[in-house]
Amino acid sequence: MLSKRIIPCLDVRDGKLTKGIKFKGNVDIGDPVEMAAFYYEQGADELVFYDITASSDARNIMIDVVRRVAETIFMPFSVGGGLRTVSDMYAVLAAGAEKVSVNSSAVQNPHIISEGARQFGSQCVVLGMDVLKVGASPATPSGYEMVIHGGRKRMGIDALAWAKEAQERGAGEICLNSIDADGTRTGYELALTRMISQAVSIPVIASGGAGVPQHLADVLTMGQADAALIASMTHYGDYTVAQIKQYLHDQGLPVRLYW
Amino acid sequence: MIAIINYEAGNLTSVQRALTHLGAASVITQDLAEIAQAERVIFPGVGAAGAAMNSLRRLGLDKALKEALASGKPVLGICLGTQIIFESSQEDLATCLGILPGQTVRFPVEHKDAGGQALKVPHMGWNKVRWQKEHPVFAGLPQEAEFYFVHSYHPAPARPADVLGLTEYGLVFASAVARGNLVAVQFHPEKSGRPGLRILQNFIAWDGKEGGHA
Repeated sequence: MLSKRIIPCLDVRDGKLTKGIKFKGNVDIGDPVEMAAFYYEQGADELVFYDITASSDARNIMIDVVRRVAETIFMPFSVGGGLRTVSDMYAVLAAGAEKVSVNSSAVQNPHIISEGARQFGSQCVVLGMDVLKVGASPATPSGYEMVIHGGRKRMGIDALAWAKEAQERGAGEICLNSIDADGTRTGYELALTRMISQAVSIPVIASGGAGVPQHLADVLTMGQADAALIASMTHYGDYTVAQIKQYLHDQGLPVRLYW
Repeated sequence: MIAIINYEAGNLTSVQRALTHLGAASVITQDLAEIAQAERVIFPGVGAAGAAMNSLRRLGLDKALKEALASGKPVLGICLGTQIIFESSQEDLATCLGILPGQTVRFPVEHKDAGGQALKVPHMGWNKVRWQKEHPVFAGLPQEAEFYFVHSYHPAPARPADVLGLTEYGLVFASAVARGNLVAVQFHPEKSGRPGLRILQNFIAWDGKEGGHA
């Protein structure tokens, strides 16, 4: 049976981790490569790097980070943030990432999904969705709206319709982030996750809101997610990935326990 | 030297990185002489069967691969490389290499688990492989070891004797096959953490004989 994936998300700016990550042991909390190795050893199933670097100069720093991560850990990881063209995608994949994640750029230019899927295969292209609960309206019949630029700009696009369109265009996976739940540590947005997961045939990674292991159990069962993204739960040392997995295993969920 | 066959399908550098990590010299190549001289051959690949077969034939790599197999040197197929070792694929209705009898088929469109919940295609993530018999390339790996998969099609070997490992995803499919000096896996050992690296390490040490010692 396919295991449910637990995926730590690391925010990187100018080649450094942005959050003050509190770990025990000899881990340089600023170095994404060391953090990647740490999570790899802990049994994370995959990693997501989100590059919030603004300038194009600093993009080369990120490419170097990707290369060093790929030399250090032997499991899949994706890189997102600021990828606007197919050649941006190529640079990240050539440096060793398994997948690229497009978010704002895909909403503004949906062709990047189709082009990326055509050139690199659907399995490489993750659609990142930042979604705001707005209530049903003619423009947003699902009650959820797409937002971009880290949640600052509402696009008037229905989230459910966009998920389906992205799948049609060749996205191989969806990373679904609830703006409302993000950072609250009160649980994932279950209704949103279930709605999107049921509407598409590609895997859905739930993101935003995880605070305790029960939240992951909920989104992987009631929310019908295929994977769960975590950040502060493990970054601040409250839990280890292994503890979360043991909890999920005890709840009867399929997780990878041996690595 | 390990030749990683480059037929312009997908990410070959990840395989090379894993080999480098294990201290094995490798070259990503489409040079027929280089493949003929290599001690062992890895046949990887990500992408679509039709385009892959076209590239292989255009570059003469289909013959190079068959010659490598005939020479007795160890050959490892990965993912798409494994799928096109069979006679045909439902993907692009491609005629494939026919090295092993059988087909590559798609997961059903209405794919459901035992409880009736829809299963996503591609089959993406970590899943268990249940070994059907011992083999030097899989030495030291427990039955519960998991590997990273990403695929929408899977091998359906015609000869049960070729099946080395089985994986369950709504249905049970052959995730590892072997015959003689050929071993081929549907998952990605280069992306499967320690168990995956163990397979590559075993392959690096393998003499190409089924009963040989890794």
